[in-house]
Amino acid sequence: MLRTIRLTTALICFTLITLLFLDFTGTLHMWFGWMAKIQFLPAVLALNLGVVLFLIALTWIFGRVYCSVICPLGIFQDAVSWLAGKRKKNRFRYSPALSWLRYGVMVIFILAMISGLGAWAALIAPYSAYGRIASNLFAPLWQWGNNLLAYLAERADSYAFYETEVWLRSLPTFIIATVTFITLIILAWRNGRTYCNTICPVGTVLGLISRFSVFKPVIDTSKCNGCGLCARNCKAACINAKAHEIDYSRCVACMDCIDKCRQGAIRYTRRKTDKTETQTNQPAVDKPDRRKFFTVSALLATSAALKAQEKVQLPDKKVDGGLAIIEDKKKPERATPVTPPGSLSAANFSQHCTACQLCVSVCTNHVLRPSGNLHTFMQPEVSYERGYCRPECVKCSEVCPTGAIRPITKADKTAIQIGHAVLIQENCIVNRDGVTCGNCARHCPTQAILMVAKDPNDPDSPQLPVVNEEKCIGCGACENLCPSRPFSAIYVEGHEQHRNI
Amino acid sequence: MKKDNHQAINRRDFLKIVGISTATTAPLLSGCSSNSSTASGTGGSTSIPTDQMTYRTTSSTKDKVSILGYGCMRLPTIAKSSARESDDEIDQEMVNRLTDYAIEHGVNYFDTSPAYCKGRSEHAMGIALSRYPRDKYYIATKLSNFSPDTWSREASIAMYHNSLKELQVDYLDYMLLHGIGMGGMEAYENRYVKNGILDFLLEERKAGRIRNLGFSYHGDIEVFDYLLSKHDEYQWDFVQIQLNYLDWKHAKEINPRNTDAEYLYGELQKRGIPVVIMEPLLGGRLSNVHDHIVARLKQREPGRSVASWAFRFAGSFPGVLTVLSGMTYMEHLQDNLRTYCPLQPLTEEENRFLFDTADLMMQYPTIPCNDCKYCMPCPYGIDIPGVLLHYNKCVNEGNVPQSGQDENYREARRAYLIGYDRSVPKLRQADHCTSCNQCNPHCPQGIDIPKELQRIDRFVEQLKQETL
Repeated sequence: MLRTIRLTTALICFTLITLLFLDFTGTLHMWFGWMAKIQFLPAVLALNLGVVLFLIALTWIFGRVYCSVICPLGIFQDAVSWLAGKRKKNRFRYSPALSWLRYGVMVIFILAMISGLGAWAALIAPYSAYGRIASNLFAPLWQWGNNLLAYLAERADSYAFYETEVWLRSLPTFIIATVTFITLIILAWRNGRTYCNTICPVGTVLGLISRFSVFKPVIDTSKCNGCGLCARNCKAACINAKAHEIDYSRCVACMDCIDKCRQGAIRYTRRKTDKTETQTNQPAVDKPDRRKFFTVSALLATSAALKAQEKVQLPDKKVDGGLAIIEDKKKPERATPVTPPGSLSAANFSQHCTACQLCVSVCTNHVLRPSGNLHTFMQPEVSYERGYCRPECVKCSEVCPTGAIRPITKADKTAIQIGHAVLIQENCIVNRDGVTCGNCARHCPTQAILMVAKDPNDPDSPQLPVVNEEKCIGCGACENLCPSRPFSAIYVEGHEQHRNI
Repeated sequence: MKKDNHQAINRRDFLKIVGISTATTAPLLSGCSSNSSTASGTGGSTSIPTDQMTYRTTSSTKDKVSILGYGCMRLPTIAKSSARESDDEIDQEMVNRLTDYAIEHGVNYFDTSPAYCKGRSEHAMGIALSRYPRDKYYIATKLSNFSPDTWSREASIAMYHNSLKELQVDYLDYMLLHGIGMGGMEAYENRYVKNGILDFLLEERKAGRIRNLGFSYHGDIEVFDYLLSKHDEYQWDFVQIQLNYLDWKHAKEINPRNTDAEYLYGELQKRGIPVVIMEPLLGGRLSNVHDHIVARLKQREPGRSVASWAFRFAGSFPGVLTVLSGMTYMEHLQDNLRTYCPLQPLTEEENRFLFDTADLMMQYPTIPCNDCKYCMPCPYGIDIPGVLLHYNKCVNEGNVPQSGQDENYREARRAYLIGYDRSVPKLRQADHCTSCNQCNPHCPQGIDIPKELQRIDRFVEQLKQETL
């Protein structure tokens, strides 16, 4: 019974969280966005005290049900382990806890988070690891499926589905997701919850609490015949059948042993031991001291790369029809990376982000992608080659579970300056092709771009754009819609600290 | 786009035909008269007679010209996965089949130009037609005028000789100055007079290598009037104009730069010059019409296609030599052959009915783009006709909401935006228009293209941001 409840809730949670990463339309997030926000590490980073206290209380009362029901990575491993169990029954055996490794990893993890290496620490954070797997490996399949439906819908004159662009946002992140995916499959296939009980810092922290939990599986020594079946079915390898002991810091309260015991010797019940007040060793991730994050360099490289463009020869118009070839945009070298509106500052963003990729999954304008920068590795960054941060969208701020991107409204967004546009005169087609343009000015949502005569003394001379940095919010409409390719004639430089204008 | 567009028409037509035939066959089940299957249009199943084509005779060379002329601007291309993006090759096998079918059913006038189909039309038609004896068909081509670097005397003569070579002929039946009126008198003078090219062509006519000399006209009426005033000197053998039941009285209303076909035809009739009709269907705009118009035309003649009205209208004028139709698909050709084998001229009453229909059409604010692609390629990659035709399609389907309060706002918004991405790739949409204005001089319909693109872009932005 308990096992059935665990399985049902786990399945529901797992499906919903996975769907959060798959649903690129952002509709599901309205209803189930909270599923990401009750994840332990994101809640801690978001200083979401309610959730953290709830999870601590939950663990203190029921043991590590979080690991069995709420954590998608845990459920994913259970699924793999269950499949492996189809091939070989009773395959586990007790192994003593590798305490030095568990606590060692946890301490290193906390230190890394505090010292600003959060991006690297996030490599082993369970929720974000699952997020990377879902968004890098599952989402493309989902999107291709959607595109197939869109293809069929188009032929049936239906607008029920529309096509979405599937593209590789970052190769390193994809590789890391794949490696994590394969490693976890191997570990779970062979030994069940190895990762959760040796590496996972959340598992270790919760283990410290569950050690003293109110309810827990208890072996009734009067009924136990010492067959050891429970231990051989414990994916956490935490039942020492010989000693009739269970290591509650590693038990994920899956209830499998209760069902397996033929003697009915294991019951999920109140503890027998005396109460000892639990010490919550929740990692104290406060605002640590921050050094300046971005060293301004590379300015030279920027201009060098941008100047290297050749003058584009306009095709000669002799015949009808045809489509000019459109070159792909290339990413300009930004001295300061752009972070999404709502993230307050580069520092706040990198401190809080666990690189779960949820915002990347819902960014319908293809603006967010994982960073390749070593300081902010896998954390999303903003770039405008495929789209720009459109005024009607604040999805990333709505879904972020960690407070790296704080919730903002569309109205807020019109006044948040995340960067400012910089003009590269040599690339502008007004100079280069000798035509009129002004597409950047036409599409600027804040009218921060003005068109002025090239020659101050001749009001009839061709008009070039100029940027009023005070009004520019850095949305990238100008950069994205600039006809100059592969490098735009106008691009956005990020601001370390966002400001309200 | 052309393909998408026509597919859409075909599908719609097809559904209508299915609807009509089910409606008509139900009561006719007992006595299945042959009438039930004469439904023309794309789904018709009757055989088309091969000896019933209506012919008109030109005054100059006494050519017996079929009333249906084959326009070679919209030749079929080999379908690729994404037809819009790929550099489609002409489907020569299909061109041959279409040509065979047309000739078999009495079509003998083929109109091409060095510019059509990205400059590949003449070559393809040369291959298709050279399989027939030279006296089986009349070929019309043009001295085209898109790029001023073809305007020199040498380049023009080279273009003329190249046409003969591509078409695999040693004389031309019909030669046109292409699109006079675009760019006004100045362009005309520079293109055809100052370089002595008009004199050259007159000489060629004298020598018999050009059997008929004429011009096609779009745009500035001053040039048209001027050329007709010189008729005594030049002896135009024919003139090609845009004529259809919408442009008969509404051309100027649609665009002040244009002139009503009523005037153009009248002027030519006065001088007894045979008239060749182009854009009888406005590039499909007179077949891909608002549902109300379809219902009106179909109610009147359930068995005839919507397009057939436009062709009968153009063909009913006695001074018309031939009506050009750019037929991409076999179904277009068959439908037109049904209309013209033989032509049943419109009655007075039917004519009035069509003019009333034209008045109704004017209520739907479509953009007068005929998908001729003269504006293309846009140097910045915009798919101009794609953007405009999607807008027109949505106007006709009622998917251009006026405000967020509209009853069907949500569905219309979805249909517009999703359909937009389907018919035009994102990078070729209106928001990328730089308004460099290089397209504008090429539009025979005188559409202010950047202005329209920007208007559509603003509308799309309003839909996206939901600020309508």
